[in-house]
Amino acid sequence: MSIIEDKKSLSNVKVVTANEAVALAVKCAKVDVGGAYPISPQTSIMEYLTKYIETENIPMEIVRVESEHSAMAVAMGAAAVGARAFTATASQGLLYMAEMVYWVGSSRLPVVMAITSRAMGAPWILGNEHTDVLLPREWGWMVLFPEDNQEVFDTIIQAYKLADTTLVPVVVGLDGFILSHTTMPISIPDQSIIDNFIPKNTPKPYALNTEDPFTHGNAVHSNLYLEFRHNIFKTIEDSEDLVDEIDKEWSKLTGRSYGGVIEEFLLDDAEVAVLVMGASSGDAKEAAKKVREKYGIKAGVIRLRSIRPFPVKRLSKIAQKVKAIGVFDRNMSPGLGGMIATEVKFALYDLKNRPIVQSYIGGLGGKDVKIADFENILVELKEMVDGKREVEKVKWVGLDLAAIEKFLEEV
Amino acid sequence: MKVLIPKSKPAKGAVGKTGLWRTSKPVVNHNKCIKCVICWAFCPETTILRFEDNSVDIDYEYCKGCGVCANECPVNAIEMVED
Ligand code: SF4
Ligand code: SF4
Repeated sequence: MSIIEDKKSLSNVKVVTANEAVALAVKCAKVDVGGAYPISPQTSIMEYLTKYIETENIPMEIVRVESEHSAMAVAMGAAAVGARAFTATASQGLLYMAEMVYWVGSSRLPVVMAITSRAMGAPWILGNEHTDVLLPREWGWMVLFPEDNQEVFDTIIQAYKLADTTLVPVVVGLDGFILSHTTMPISIPDQSIIDNFIPKNTPKPYALNTEDPFTHGNAVHSNLYLEFRHNIFKTIEDSEDLVDEIDKEWSKLTGRSYGGVIEEFLLDDAEVAVLVMGASSGDAKEAAKKVREKYGIKAGVIRLRSIRPFPVKRLSKIAQKVKAIGVFDRNMSPGLGGMIATEVKFALYDLKNRPIVQSYIGGLGGKDVKIADFENILVELKEMVDGKREVEKVKWVGLDLAAIEKFLEEV
Repeated sequence: MKVLIPKSKPAKGAVGKTGLWRTSKPVVNHNKCIKCVICWAFCPETTILRFEDNSVDIDYEYCKGCGVCANECPVNAIEMVED
């Protein structure tokens, strides 16, 4: 909670939902064009922006379209002529948008998109889950995941820096409802700080130009496609340090640092750690403190802020210190494990002394995950380290199969 | 790392000799042709050659044989024949 200590900018403190924090950041980033199509829990982001256009006359154009597919097409068209572009979606909306999301990623257009995480049907569901946010990591986008409303604001600004520098579009994921509809105080830096941090006159080799006409995404033969994919792969792989640098630069300007690709919590002497993304990290941190107090277990938290680039370097360093990592995934890869757990295992497999990595899946569809659940994970990890508990391919958190049986009997 | 942007400049045959894709080819019957240039306007590959007197012919190097021109010609002056 650096906000209250940051007395200099107290005058710029606003109490807002994370959705409004996104909209404020988009306004401060002086975004030119947005494509808008409603879906819960994202809708109010675009509503706030249209309100700013109405009441404050901000120089932004929002195109209200007939689908998410078109919302991303609007962002793509705007970015393709060199405008700063934004859109937001969630869940089913992202799935419908998917084709254009892939086009933007592979066209190297620096669009920023907010995804307010939400599970996907069937069964029809509104609750929070991270699977949607993670999908674009396969589609040529960077993916960042902040923890609270202040960080949501800051991460949208940082996302434009990252996108403009790498020409890779960026998803900023935020926990649906848990953050999107919860108010917290955020501090907004002076506009001049933001203007200097993300100038609009960066090189735009992709921008269409009538003086020297070209087009995007024309056909190539099979002998060239692999090279384009390799180029995207390398750019994202090589961006790990850049995410750290952007975080450092931002902290010099605002006093707020989030650790770059990973926030390390109580890891210095930690033997076991839970790896987690987004709003649940707060509960995980509480749990780490509690199991230290209650049982003397040296526990810490690895908060993953950047999913693409995947922080292989930082994670490898942490893995040299801890003996077991429990990866808590609020998502899953059906039949295999948590999506992040499988990536953590991939990243660490080549290490000589790699830690135990246990995949935990829970919280799908918004199911409550409590501090006690994280305490339990940390205790289990300690037992695994001490050889008192078997590592399993996947462990489920809060799975209640009896409840489903009961439900089926009743309907 | 230098960024590879998949952009392309206007050029003839940017994706190679599309004429190789063809299984049947359009043949213009100049006796029937009324020089309306509808075929020229509709050809998706711009492979109808239009001359100064608005007579037309086919660029077989790039014509992919889709038959759009034959379908659009108001006087059936284009016939698709096996290639
Ligand atoms: S067959 Fe198709 S590609 Fe060939 S000239 Fe006719 S319209 Fe053009
Ligand atoms: S559409 Fe038919 S009539 Fe018209 S120019 Fe082409 S071939 Fe001739």
